[in-house]
Amino acid sequence: MAKITHSLLLRNGRVIDPANGLDETADVLIVDGHIAAVQPSIELQAHETLDVSGQIVVPGLIDMHVHFREPGQEYKEDFESGSKAAAAGGFTTVATMPNTKPVVDNAYLVEAMVDRAAEVGLINIKIIGALTKGQKGEQLAEMAEMSAAGAVAFSDDGHFVDNAKIFLNALDYLKPLGKLAICHEEETMLVKGGSMNESLNSTRLGLKGRPSIAEDIAIARDCLLADYAETRVHFAHVSSARAVDIIRETKSRGVKVSAECTPQHLTLTDDLVNPSDATTKINPPLRTQADCDALLEGLLDGTIDCLVTDHSPHAIYEKEFPYDQAPSGFPGLETSLAVMLTELVSKGRMPLNKLIEKMTIAPAKVFGLEAGTLSVGAKADVTVFDPNLEWIVEPEKFMSKAKFSPFAGRTLKGRVTHTICGGKLIFKL
Amino acid sequence: MQGNVSIAGRDVIQIADFDADQIRLILNTAVELKAVLKRSIKKLPSLRGKAIVNLFFEPSTRTRSSFELAGKYLGADVISLNASTSSVVKGESIRDTLLTIESMAVDAMIIRHKSEGVPQFAAKVVKPVIINAGDGCHAHPSQALLDLLTIHQLKAPLDQINQLKIAIIGDILHSRVARSDIEIFKKFGADIHIAAPPTLLPRFADGSITVHDHVEDAIRDADVVIVLRLQLERMQAGLIPSEDEYSRFFGLDAQRLKLAKPDALVMHPGPQNNGLEISFDVNYSEQSAIRTQVNNGLAVRMALLLLTLSGEKVVL
Repeated sequence: MAKITHSLLLRNGRVIDPANGLDETADVLIVDGHIAAVQPSIELQAHETLDVSGQIVVPGLIDMHVHFREPGQEYKEDFESGSKAAAAGGFTTVATMPNTKPVVDNAYLVEAMVDRAAEVGLINIKIIGALTKGQKGEQLAEMAEMSAAGAVAFSDDGHFVDNAKIFLNALDYLKPLGKLAICHEEETMLVKGGSMNESLNSTRLGLKGRPSIAEDIAIARDCLLADYAETRVHFAHVSSARAVDIIRETKSRGVKVSAECTPQHLTLTDDLVNPSDATTKINPPLRTQADCDALLEGLLDGTIDCLVTDHSPHAIYEKEFPYDQAPSGFPGLETSLAVMLTELVSKGRMPLNKLIEKMTIAPAKVFGLEAGTLSVGAKADVTVFDPNLEWIVEPEKFMSKAKFSPFAGRTLKGRVTHTICGGKLIFKL
Repeated sequence: MQGNVSIAGRDVIQIADFDADQIRLILNTAVELKAVLKRSIKKLPSLRGKAIVNLFFEPSTRTRSSFELAGKYLGADVISLNASTSSVVKGESIRDTLLTIESMAVDAMIIRHKSEGVPQFAAKVVKPVIINAGDGCHAHPSQALLDLLTIHQLKAPLDQINQLKIAIIGDILHSRVARSDIEIFKKFGADIHIAAPPTLLPRFADGSITVHDHVEDAIRDADVVIVLRLQLERMQAGLIPSEDEYSRFFGLDAQRLKLAKPDALVMHPGPQNNGLEISFDVNYSEQSAIRTQVNNGLAVRMALLLLTLSGEKVVL
């Protein structure tokens, strides 16, 4: 046996590891970057010991949908600030979307980003490549090359692939690569110029709507194409109730589609939209309480496989553009877990174990990652949070460069206290 | 009634921010100011020493001139900036533009922008009184006030507005005038009917308003018919097939107007497309209140400036 160079013992936490059906008070022993043991009362003098009694120990959280803005838009976020934000939010693995400048649509850029991720090295950053060249929806991107260079999935996130033939080609082409297409589902012409959900609120405010039917149509088309191509499709940030029904029905027929949703679409509605403040602007838009409820139901019954943040940082001055001209999205890494704990778990609407599953092993399964569990021998990505710690969201204190949030000023209950990645303590409250 | 009512120091962003008493105050003040406008020497000293900037990010002739003269007739110094030709096109942010103008010791900014929410943003960022002169498809409060004043003067006093049927016809979907009019008429209990091709109506509408497929049903027995301007770009957007077809099915001509009450008022926020949404003869008929609207617009804007900047009610 190799000589042990470092050991870390987490004592007395409530350990929740949905992959192993584990939920009990136990110690977690980490030796040289791997989980060495998870059991009550480990009798061992580790190099380092943390007493985490009263806290919850879970596998490092996984977020397969972030925008770290490299290359080209480092003023919004970069791998370093994004990694710090992730660590502060309890995430040890993220996947970056390719809608950068330039678009990550070739192997050179994928390699450069993989190298950059290693260089920053705080957390595991996976690279998602573009589905089509320049994300223009016209020609297939070199997905085999990108896959070989380390891309974990492919997406034209931010854009719907309008051309059904190109999209079908992409699905066919991806099949032998065994990698997923992640799809932003809003039919382009139906949302053109729109900046909020179409509703009585958009009528009142005079803002052009992005109707949920645009999402429903797009998801319906791609469910049919997934079935036709006999391959998998993953739906990004689902936000519409009807879309949840369509995905549920498609899954019930055995078609291999999967889906994700975000804390914001689960807990915020378009009642929050104020045209003088574009903080709430996001695509797809915040919708109605009925949509929030349907998303939760879908998340609980397995229609929606996993949770993501869609962490979309921008410069504050950009979010001060008029609502219709401001860029879409807001940061989510540092609020995601706490929002879910506060708004859904504490209110008894979602079991804690289910939430942890949706943020760890579930996304790992969808994307075929070796992560999301505390199994002995697994890489020691571990998150510890205090479920009772109350805090106020103060975006100016975010690690992310994007210091704004639709949750600003809210009191949330539950906060990450320690994040461990590869056995290394990378965040401590 | 007007004892403690005041809008001194208030921003004027949207009708919803004002209660019925405050609206009465504005209208009564406007009525008194109309008398001043009839004098040979119109200028009042009320706002002498006050500085007002018209900040128009979207081109406008009527509203801008109306606010400009309103300020000048009250003795204020007024300048108009056409922001679409200023440093804004060089990339200056709205915040910078606002702060720059604020630094020049101005007392009020009159703002028009093609995007919804900009005047409200300004109200958060700078201290001077902000008056919304139209933001995107959202609101045009001074237009709603002048429309209500016109109806109040020519049709029914404010406490009887609730006995009126008011028809609004045309491009409701893109109209800030329609939104603000509907808000103010609802506040006074009018029976509101709207009609337009369904492509120019919001899909989600307030249940208290009656929506008609046929313009005739909206106009029938109406006391007031408000015709909205049809922007010609609606055709390129595929919302209507042609001007001719729109005019034939939704334009207000003398024959359709006969469906309304015999003394019904015809109103239009201007500028009119003669022969398109309104026929030439209706535009210039005795029932047309369009010129009165323009005059009332000036008086209402004077009232807004006077009440927000000096807090004075009437200064004759």
